[in-house]
Amino acid sequence: MVRFFNEHKALLAVMAKAFLFILLSLVIVGAYYYAPLAKGLKEYTRVLYFHVPAAWVTVLAFLISAWYSLQYLRKRDLILDAYAAAANQLGILYCLVTTVTGAMWAKASWGAYWNWDPRQTSIFILLLIYAAYFSLRSAVENDQDRARLSAVYSLLAFATVPFFIFIIPRIYESLHPDPLINEQAKIKMNIKMLQVFLSSLTGFTLLFLWMLNLKKRLIKLSAHFEEIEEEYE
Amino acid sequence: MFHEVWILFKKDLLQEFRSKAAINAIFLFSIVTLTAVSYSIGSHAISDFILAALLWIVIVFSALSAFSHIFLKEEEAQTADTLKLIAQPTPIFLSKWLFNTLLLTLLLMVIVPLFVGVFNFQVKNMPLLLLSIFLGDIGLASGGTIVAALIAKASRRGALFSVLSFPILLPVMVVGISAAQIAFTQEGSPLFPSEITALFAYDVVLFTTSLMLFDFIWND
Repeated sequence: MVRFFNEHKALLAVMAKAFLFILLSLVIVGAYYYAPLAKGLKEYTRVLYFHVPAAWVTVLAFLISAWYSLQYLRKRDLILDAYAAAANQLGILYCLVTTVTGAMWAKASWGAYWNWDPRQTSIFILLLIYAAYFSLRSAVENDQDRARLSAVYSLLAFATVPFFIFIIPRIYESLHPDPLINEQAKIKMNIKMLQVFLSSLTGFTLLFLWMLNLKKRLIKLSAHFEEIEEEYE
Repeated sequence: MFHEVWILFKKDLLQEFRSKAAINAIFLFSIVTLTAVSYSIGSHAISDFILAALLWIVIVFSALSAFSHIFLKEEEAQTADTLKLIAQPTPIFLSKWLFNTLLLTLLLMVIVPLFVGVFNFQVKNMPLLLLSIFLGDIGLASGGTIVAALIAKASRRGALFSVLSFPILLPVMVVGISAAQIAFTQEGSPLFPSEITALFAYDVVLFTTSLMLFDFIWND
């Protein structure tokens, strides 16, 4: 089995990319033509198939970055810090997508792009934390110091994030529909909606992991080339 | 260890109150913030909800100006290395945290009565307001102290302290505003609404995380 994977690595990689491409294309088509609208919902609720997975990936990226930060503090290997930064770079991208799609949906549904609903507050704070992380990175010159300080900040912010995601929306009345977390879901998804939604969630996650993997390979390569350069000097 | 904390705390206290330069500037900054807010409202009648938000704006801005000094002064006077030699990281953090908490408490003891006086309104539930501000004080001091330690090690600081601490401190502000709104408007409201629980929980999380992470900042 392992030998089979090793022999056909290149072919499998191409197939995986093709699968991801087809899956995401199907999600886009499915979100508009396949999934039916639930009772009482309007066309604009279809943003759900893109907004929620993007929000999920934002949190996932944050989690992965915190994991690499913790590993950095343990092992003090600069490559782990570079991984953490890479995960955050992708995370801020998904965070922007979530914020913008959320604001568009809010305009259609609530009548205003922004009204500080607890969910909007939490995604905005996440955006602020990401931005603060990068401004901290750019403020420290020494490599090891930068890695150490940004890892600490990443973990500190990570400890506060659950508060935004789980506690604040429980204290304040939120109008945000919660199809996954809430037991009494405001949106009841039928099987077709669920199919598209879960495929989208899978597709977004795979896309993110692929992008992260590309970044990690780039980091490894540039670290490798630096070593070679040092040897020749 | 408590003895160590106490000695370090006393050292900071003596140092700061001997040359009152920093303390004076911090107090004046809070008064300036209060003046700016008060002047921009003028004598218009505004709702209690907006008053709660304004109170917390003054509190958070005062906190932002007050906290970064405690670690910066060690770096500026180049005494950080000496401190590293004589004490463990945990007592250092605890003493600095204690100092920041005391500083903000003193600030709030001036600002909050002034705020109530300047805007001329009645607080309906005083114990709730005091409790929420006290818990907020501890939360702000915990988050502020760890970020102060972070930026003291950064090479280009600028406005970094406010940028880094704001997302960490915002939950305190959000919940604090909500608690102050209850205290300003509802007479006989319960002393422990969910806001107080949330503030307490956040304080515990922030304090513990900061204490655990401080070692990594301090030892390079």
